Amino acid sequence: MSVTTLLAISLGAILTNNFIFAQFLGICPFLGVSKKSDTAIGMGLAVTFVMGIASAVCFGVNKLLVALGLGYMQTVAFILVIAGLVQFIEMFLKKSMPSLYTALGVYLPLITTNCAVLGVVLLNVQNDYNFIASVVYGITGGLGFLLAIYLFSTIRERVQFADYPKCFEGFPIALITAGLIALAFMGFSGLQVWPV
Amino acid sequence: MNFKKQLKDGLITQNPVLVQVLGMCSTMAITTSISNGVGMGISVLIILTLSNIFISLLRKIIPNEVRIACYIVVIAGFVTIVDLCLQAFFPEIAKSLGVFIPLIVVNCIVLGRAEAFASKNSVAAAAVDGICQGIGYTVVLVIMCTVRELLGAGTLMGIQIMPKSYTPALMLVLPVGGFLCLGTLIAVMQWALAKSEKKAAEKNEKEGE
Repeated sequence: MSVTTLLAISLGAILTNNFIFAQFLGICPFLGVSKKSDTAIGMGLAVTFVMGIASAVCFGVNKLLVALGLGYMQTVAFILVIAGLVQFIEMFLKKSMPSLYTALGVYLPLITTNCAVLGVVLLNVQNDYNFIASVVYGITGGLGFLLAIYLFSTIRERVQFADYPKCFEGFPIALITAGLIALAFMGFSGLQVWPV
Repeated sequence: MNFKKQLKDGLITQNPVLVQVLGMCSTMAITTSISNGVGMGISVLIILTLSNIFISLLRKIIPNEVRIACYIVVIAGFVTIVDLCLQAFFPEIAKSLGVFIPLIVVNCIVLGRAEAFASKNSVAAAAVDGICQGIGYTVVLVIMCTVRELLGAGTLMGIQIMPKSYTPALMLVLPVGGFLCLGTLIAVMQWALAKSEKKAAEKNEKEGE
């Protein structure tokens, strides 16, 4: 796989096919942890990390499953790998970076049920990416998530003080804001710097 | 056992999407045509009911510390079964729903109901809860699909409904439409719930006098 293909995958994952705004993966933490921009960045980094490692590990797991003729066990095997990974990262952070651990709080174990993580692993298999492409897609997909959640949190901090109808309080106004960012991100569609 | 109350909870007062705000990803991603919405809704309904029954059966055996992992394995098993069935019998729906069928594993509705309801209630109640919450989810999907397909493409179930002169608002079938449509729908729900609460409070006040 050539460097330009990898660059094209990265550009797609971060801008044109952003996990949040174009593929609707990982909306729950996106709405849940975006009230403050510093926790949003922590969450984005943690997700990027898990997505990168999960892509690498699940690539091997998938090869093993296919070799054993157990392709239908994919979903079950992948979610177990992800759950194990998140548990491991939780223990690691608790020991070595307690401040980040407390900042992420309940959202750290919830990365297990973040559909962006399982989504990227399944998409890797679906697109038939090789090892390097899988890892690149995982990490850049995570970076796309980080960009989205950071942009969204900074806007959300301001929207708090805006004047909108009372029934839009909470999730509705957040969704509409996200919709408008998605509209802006549509401007990237069709962007192609490197030929695939 | 109160079927009527559970149905009302699932449809309105505890609607999984509009009130509990769970399972947003699939709600916004696949609601571009009615066949997608119905296919997804029914898949979730089946998985939710089966996993609720199973988890309720196992609730006394599963140790508390590893319960979430156990729930996920049970759910993943049922999702795989439904995924394979869809691929075998409805290949077109399976293709258009794509990665979102295996992603039901991490759909917060299923895990949320397992944790909040099935792990604490009898098998029959858990089954009814699964069905009611599933219906609530499907209804929301169908409403979203109707709005987005009718206004975004001018069709319903693939049949042209709007007059030829109508220019489809293409934006609504694109991701943007999902965010805007769901946001407005939740706002309407909050408005309606606040209104009915106010009415109930007024009624209570009058009775108090």
